[in-house]
Formats: sequence, structure tokens, C-alpha cells
Amino acid sequence: MNNFIYTENLTKSYGNIKAIDNLDLQVERGEIFGFLGPNGAGKTTTIRVLTTLTRPDSGFASVDGFDVRTEPAKVKKVIGVVQQHLSLDRDLSIRENMEFHARIHHLESSKRKKRIAELLEYVELTEYADKMVDTLSGGMKKKAAIVCSLLHEPKLLFLDEPTVGLDAQARRRLWDFMRRLNSDGTTIFLTTHYIEEAEVLCNRVGIMHHGHLITVGKPTELRKKLGAVAVETLVNNKETRCEFFQDRETANNYVQKLPHDAATVIIRDTNLEDVFIERTGEKVGGS
Amino acid sequence: MITNFFSDVYAVLWVDLRNMRRHWKSTIATSLVLPLLYLVAFGYGLGQGVNVDGVSYLAFVIPGIVALTAFSISFNGAASKLQVDKFFYKSFDELLMSPVSSSSIVIGKALIGVLRGLISALAIFAVGFALAPTLQVSPLFFLMLLLSCFVFALFGVLIAFIINSHQGMSTFSTVVILPMTFLCGTFFSLSQLPDVAKAALYFLPLTHASNLLRATVLGYSFPWISLVGLVAFGCVFFAGCMLALKRSSV
Repeated sequence: MNNFIYTENLTKSYGNIKAIDNLDLQVERGEIFGFLGPNGAGKTTTIRVLTTLTRPDSGFASVDGFDVRTEPAKVKKVIGVVQQHLSLDRDLSIRENMEFHARIHHLESSKRKKRIAELLEYVELTEYADKMVDTLSGGMKKKAAIVCSLLHEPKLLFLDEPTVGLDAQARRRLWDFMRRLNSDGTTIFLTTHYIEEAEVLCNRVGIMHHGHLITVGKPTELRKKLGAVAVETLVNNKETRCEFFQDRETANNYVQKLPHDAATVIIRDTNLEDVFIERTGEKVGGS
Repeated sequence: MITNFFSDVYAVLWVDLRNMRRHWKSTIATSLVLPLLYLVAFGYGLGQGVNVDGVSYLAFVIPGIVALTAFSISFNGAASKLQVDKFFYKSFDELLMSPVSSSSIVIGKALIGVLRGLISALAIFAVGFALAPTLQVSPLFFLMLLLSCFVFALFGVLIAFIINSHQGMSTFSTVVILPMTFLCGTFFSLSQLPDVAKAALYFLPLTHASNLLRATVLGYSFPWISLVGLVAFGCVFFAGCMLALKRSSV
């Protein structure tokens, strides 16, 4: 079975709110899959169900062929999870945090030290290993959290909003790191509400909205389906209107025919945000 | 299976031990302030020349203060670190996502409370013993102290599991924990109370711990009923913790 993650009619409600509504999702082995959507779309709940932290109300979900409901221990062995919020013990150093993770993931004591040293080297944190977590920069803390989740060599890594709150440089360094991890054989499932992140990093993206998976596919395909070129016009100085075209030529023809008082006209490539707005009528990141 | 259980318990405790190693001086010093004040104010100040149940009040009150120290330090020691893990560091979720079993989590998280409670209670007992050398020291006393610390630490774990805010936790401490430290036969003999009040206090775990510790150091006949009561509380707290962990995954 090539599907690393497989869900069928997966549903989870909190009170009257359906956080996930009949979700059918497949993530393939070896890919970087991006889960895109605004806050409250159901991304984190999906991760919580897939990582066995939350029990679904109905439907089926499996990870590496193991049912998340009946075989949670087996699921936990193959996954690593980096939560949205930093989840390191801030009274400890990076090395101590790593040792804690190694212990709770049953790494043999003879292998522990070596594996910790290897991973510290891998993320270039060796010289900071004995520093307390709170003395590190945001990017370093995130890296430290990621290496903690890698100690038991998970085949699948969940990253919930991995680059939130990081500056542009740190974000790009983290992208490179995730690509490296992926090319070394780790399947990555990440949630984000940064369009750029999903576009440059992910092989496929799924867009969530109000608990529904509204579309899924390769970023280029999703854009193409909508039209590769977007023309944005500002109407009456108030409202931005967006039209989509298969190529530049048809877009240019359309612009030529616009009334002369159209104040601002932008011709650009279509992006995933356009896909999202077209499908939902809302902006990603807006609540 | 069994080896896994113990190594998991140790893994859970390990992180709290590391933590305590950094702050052990202040942790122990602060946990001794209140019981020492009680000892001075009630044992020395108030109790001079008073006899209770045939012994000097000082000798009577020392095991009570040891019991309340074991109670409050074990409870808070387990609960406060767990609350920090849950709310501030979010590191508790890491445990839930690991293959560590629920029972190892509960016991492991309780053990830091047991350790802190034991250290503080033994320190207070040492001071008390210096003041009232008539107290008897027996293996049974240490066993009962260990049992008490364990039951109270489990209580702390349970409360930290089910109360989901700092405000809630501090309200619980003021409304439940503080009155218990004063009422459960720590400072006065339950024989002085009306039957209804006595019966009510038997539904609180600290009453049984006070009874057990007092009986072992003053040479009273062993209160089996309190042993059964304390063990029963321990079982209920443990079961409650397991249930709370199970329900947390909703």
C-alpha cells in the first residue's frame, strides 16, 4: 500500500462544530504534503486524530497501515510530531530535551548518545546543545523541537505550522532542512497558512475549509485548473476583482478591453491563494 | 513488559529529576518554611505545658505536621510541575504522543511529588525528633510516610489532569487543600470532635495519614482502618488518573 496516511469519512465534532467533516485523505509515501487552510479549518484536529491524541467520532484513519483507533502504539512508533506551539521543557538544555525524547521513545541507552550527537550535527546545533532552551533564537528552538521528534527515526513527520513566528531567513533555512529530511527518506505532512510555503515546499497540497477538504493536488495543477495567469483590477477604488486566464496572451487581450478608468491593473501568475479564494470566497489566514 | 514499565516510569521521572537538580536548594528551602513555622507557633508557642491524649502537645503535633508536610509538598510537587508541563511548556503532549503507557505516565509523574514530599517530611521529622526525642522511629513509620506521600502525589496528578487552568488550581488549593491541612487531625485530636464532624473528616485522606503517622511514632495501637482508608484513596486517585488520561483524548 503506497498510502502512508489514509482516511475515509473521518469526522470529529466539538459540540455543534464539526472540526473535520467526512474527510477523505490520502498521503503517499515519500512526499511532502501540505495541509492548507485558515485558522479553524480543521488542520490541527486532523493532525491530532492522525497522531492518536484525539479520537475521531466516526470514519476510518490509518497511518502506515495501522488503525489510529485500535493500534495507537504502532502508529506512535512510525510517526514524529512537531506541534504548533513549542513543546520543549524550557528548564532543560537541548541535549536534555533530546535525551528525554530518546528515553520515552525507547531508544536503547547504548545508542542514545550517538544518535543525539548525530542529529545535533545534522541541524548544526552541536555548539548550542548544552544551552538552556530559552536562550536560543526562535529558529533554533524550532529546529531543536524537530530533532527531538526525529530521535526514534520516524518514517513520517507531522509538522503543525512549523514556521509560524519565524523571520524570513529562519523560515527559508527551515524549508531547506525539511527538503533535506524528505530527500533522506522521511515523508512529511505539514500544515501551514503561508501560501508561499505550500507552493515552494510541497509536492501536493490539500486545502481545508470548515472541516472539508475542498481540493487536493499538485500546486501547479491546482493553479492551472484555475488558469495560470491572474488579472487583478481595482474597481471604483474600492473592490479588487480577479479574473483568471490560461495564458498571458488571453490575459493581455482582456486587459486591452478594460475601460480606461480601471485604476490599477496587475497581471501576475496565479497562486494557491487564488485557488483558495475561488473555492471558498475567503482569504487564507483570515478568520 | 515489566521492564518497559519501569524504564518508562523512570523516563517520565528523569525529566523532573533533572529539573529538580537545577533548583533543589530553593525547592527544599521553600517547602520547609511553612511546616517549621507551624512547629514553632503551634508546638512551642501554643502548646507549652499542654497535654493531648496523654502526651505533650509538642510530641502530639509533630507527626501531624509531618503528615501535613507530606500532604502539601507531595500534592503540590506533583501537581505544579505537571501543570507547567501542560500549560506552559506543552511538553506533556509529547508524553501522550510517545509509546509510554498511561500507567507509567501516572506513576512517573507522581514520583517527583513523592520524592519532594519525603525529603521535606523527613527534614521536618528530624527537627521534630531533636525537639521531642521521645518519639519512636520505626520502619513502619517510614513505610507509612512513603505510602502517604505516594497517595497525596497521585491526588496531585489527578487534580492537575482534571483542572485545566491556573485559576482553577489556585482556587482548589485554597478551598480544599488548605482547610484539609488544618482539619484532618494534624493539630488536634479527632477525639475532641463531635461524631458527625469526626465521620466527615474520615472521608479525607490526610486524616488517615495523620492517624497512621501519629500511631507509629507515639506507640498507639496501629489504626488498621486508616491504612485501609489511605490505600483505598490511593486506588481511587490512581483509577481517576487513568480515566482522566483516557478522557483527555477526546
